[in-house]
Amino acid sequence: MKRILILGAGTAGTMMANHLARKIDHKQWSITIIDQHKNHYYQPGFLFIPFGMYDEKDVIRNKTDFIPKKVEYIQEVVELIEPASNRVKLQNGQTIDYHILIIATGSRIVPDEIEGLLDAGWRENIFDFYTVEGSVALAEKLKNWDGGKFVLHIAEMPIKCPVAPLEFIFLADWYFTQKGIRDKVEITYVTPLSGAFTKPKASAVLGHLLADKNINIVTDFEIERVDGGSNQILAFDKRKIDYDLLAEIPTNMGDSVIERSGMGDDLNFVPTRKHNLQSKAHENVFIIGDATDLPSSKAGSVAHFQAETLIKNIMNFINNKPLIDGFDGHANCFIESGFGKGFLIDFNYDIEPVEGRFPFPVIGPMSLLKETRLNHWGKIAFKWIYWNILLRGLPMPGITAHMTKAGKKLPK
Amino acid sequence: MATKTYAGVSVEVNEEGYLTNPSQWNKDIAVEIAREIGINELTDAHWKVIDFLQKDFAEKKTLPTIRRVKKVGGIPTNELYELFPDGPLKKAAKIAGLNKPASCV
Repeated sequence: MKRILILGAGTAGTMMANHLARKIDHKQWSITIIDQHKNHYYQPGFLFIPFGMYDEKDVIRNKTDFIPKKVEYIQEVVELIEPASNRVKLQNGQTIDYHILIIATGSRIVPDEIEGLLDAGWRENIFDFYTVEGSVALAEKLKNWDGGKFVLHIAEMPIKCPVAPLEFIFLADWYFTQKGIRDKVEITYVTPLSGAFTKPKASAVLGHLLADKNINIVTDFEIERVDGGSNQILAFDKRKIDYDLLAEIPTNMGDSVIERSGMGDDLNFVPTRKHNLQSKAHENVFIIGDATDLPSSKAGSVAHFQAETLIKNIMNFINNKPLIDGFDGHANCFIESGFGKGFLIDFNYDIEPVEGRFPFPVIGPMSLLKETRLNHWGKIAFKWIYWNILLRGLPMPGITAHMTKAGKKLPK
Repeated sequence: MATKTYAGVSVEVNEEGYLTNPSQWNKDIAVEIAREIGINELTDAHWKVIDFLQKDFAEKKTLPTIRRVKKVGGIPTNELYELFPDGPLKKAAKIAGLNKPASCV
């Protein structure tokens, strides 16, 4: 019996367990998945918790509920990956051998990468919303907050879900308006990028929206440290920004097991072949989701599109066939913009988000890079799609793994 | 492809003025690029950064990040900002004849 081993039972790992359980010859292959945690989080839902739209119950399930019966699940910390010996060592001392390894260990926030962030004020007037604990604590804080300087700060790129900070700030504008205190809140969006977003066209559209909503934007801000004593964030270029309430997106890094195993770059992301998802260092190791070092967005939709290529390539690898270059960097993201509206963007490695209709040309029904009510409902419906379709590795009707140019207004 | 003349040598540059062929680079060119972007004198401390960028680029085939310049190159980030104010990696890479730091996703 040969083993396929998956490290990480988050969005990407769970999808792969489901794909493999359907495809693999169970007489010859066993599938094992390892994760240290019990809970599966619907991470896109963290964004809604601070504003009282979701609570913990909306975003937490048992990981094992989504793992197929034919897949062995081990809840344990992986101490070390030894790719030269085709095995991993667990914290409990157990060693597990593999023939094929799939790394799906994701990305997480690392607040102690930013000097001063965990000192005075952390979870008092400084919060993250990339963990359920951070989001819930911020929701509590906002209930009784009566206004002041509200600052969102992104420490450095890349981050998981690069649109989330914008959505957060749009929702904050809506939330304070509903509460009747918007005139008492000064909202500022602070980014290390030179604009509102990473891609030029979307950045221009979203930048205008910030101005329309009376949200300040500070760009090219490279943080040196947080001073929780004076409630300021300080940049290397000597700029200082005052805050009363700071929503912080700390440095994102890959899992520490990647660093312990010497398999990652400076941020513990694993060097990965851009189109076929094979490790650059070991031919029987594949990487999917946020754990890769690829220049694609770190988002669930991306993991979904990657999974469609990766399952084919795992089967090709098993059958000694050449790997396909199937992954084109495709990402598809709803951007909640407040007041019951939203945007939708669809892009890949080569083509930035543009206007158009989605998923079908002309009829849509979704509009790309335009603010509509239907896009908001798409975002809300996505929670159901996530738990029932995406995690189970099922196809989404009308949405292909390759980004389609049909329906998009592309520059000539 | 545009060309530009530095220190009497014609070099190929992209639309933002970054050298596209690192083999055309030399120290005199670096001094002139530095002046052009507001750094009048390249001190030993500047050269330490430039040398590290070039050495690391040759090894890794990619421009190091600020984090790596600190961690591996041993150059504290605040020092980097003092040497190359306003976008130190963009400026240092330009002077070193390397590509502009990739924008992220």
